[in-house]
Amino acid sequence: MAAFDLDFTLQQGEFRLAFSVNVEARALALFGASGSGKTSALEAVAGLRTPQRGRIAVNGRLLFDSDRRVNTSVRSRRTGYVPQDILLFPHLNVRENVVYGLREGNRPDLRVLVELLELATLMDRRVASLSGGERQRVAMARALYSGPDVLLLDEPLAAVDLPRRRRIVDALLGIRDELSVPLIYVTHLPEEALTVADWAVLIDNGRIVASGPPRDVMPAD
Amino acid sequence: MTAEIRDIAIFTTVAALAATAVMLVPGVAIAWLLARRRFPGKAIVETVVSLPLVMPPVATGLMLLWLFSRRGPLGGLFDRIGIEIVFTPAAVVIAMSVMGLPLLIRTARAGFEQVTRRYEQIAETLGAGPWRVFSTVTLPLATRNILAGAMLGFSRALGEFGATIVVAGSIPGRTRTLAVGIYSFTETGQDRQAAILLVISVSIAFVAVLASNRMAREA
Repeated sequence: MAAFDLDFTLQQGEFRLAFSVNVEARALALFGASGSGKTSALEAVAGLRTPQRGRIAVNGRLLFDSDRRVNTSVRSRRTGYVPQDILLFPHLNVRENVVYGLREGNRPDLRVLVELLELATLMDRRVASLSGGERQRVAMARALYSGPDVLLLDEPLAAVDLPRRRRIVDALLGIRDELSVPLIYVTHLPEEALTVADWAVLIDNGRIVASGPPRDVMPAD
Repeated sequence: MTAEIRDIAIFTTVAALAATAVMLVPGVAIAWLLARRRFPGKAIVETVVSLPLVMPPVATGLMLLWLFSRRGPLGGLFDRIGIEIVFTPAAVVIAMSVMGLPLLIRTARAGFEQVTRRYEQIAETLGAGPWRVFSTVTLPLATRNILAGAMLGFSRALGEFGATIVVAGSIPGRTRTLAVGIYSFTETGQDRQAAILLVISVSIAFVAVLASNRMAREA
């Protein structure tokens, strides 16, 4: 369980995101239509966007607090971020991508990661030769190997063919349960939110419209 | 080919390579600053580094002559440690560097601008500091453009004439380059020698520009 204390407002041009979630969970799903502000919320936690005001803390570790003028730098946040466009470093092979994060501390053993994410046969491949699902797994390994306090995932199934989605979901469950790394992930697929998350936040047009256990929050269909 | 012509070709190539090496670090640094940072006076820096492209090269040479002569601000410093610049091979390298630098900066800057900021942000989320982000992400992803720019700078250095003749002269066996040699031989009626230098110049420049274009395309 991780304590998510996320309470902030973020203004981007005309768009305003008011986000407020204070919950203990293993995996938090941010669910909503495209343009609702899910990715902005994720990037605020990663430090890639700066809220106008509010507070962001994960497991008691304060990352942002406008009142106390705390704004931890991106590199010191210990948030493993896997964006929707994945962005593996194109000039490095899979292994070099995975071991890019140099942080000391609670990073998982490389062998465990390779096994969990089924990367053994991919390690010496060039990233350009990977499929969508493989890229997703490599990006998750890269983020995890930097020893993050929380893993942030933006639409982890978006670039993955339907038959291969199960493997990514299994990987997410493994990260959550075996590695005990808490997750915040953005999705627009209800079944994904239901399988992985133990708390779901429904966002619409920059506002939270529902927050609670996924079965209570997700649209019936 | 006479020994003199061979020496001119070798000297010019070596001087142009040295000039490329000299311009590489400041050129890449300035290109990165212009591509990635906002700072006061940026427009001035942009303009100054492009000036050698549009100014008469002879005028650039005159400025260098003033800067590096014994009584000049930089020449005076070198003079104090016993190094003379004007009318030496060092002056050739300096003139070539100054004339080639704008081309390197322009091409390398375009290279840095093409590297999406998001790769750098991802590296930051993985704990990389500014130098590590630059050296392991930005620089490798811009390398093709930097090499293409260096090749263009080298080509420009090879053909440099106006600034070189003012600040380094045309001393046979010491500062005479391909371009200056062509001029000097033509002036003194040695057309055959001039023609051979011409063929050598065209050949080297052709290969350098071809290579530069190929790198820029692959970038």
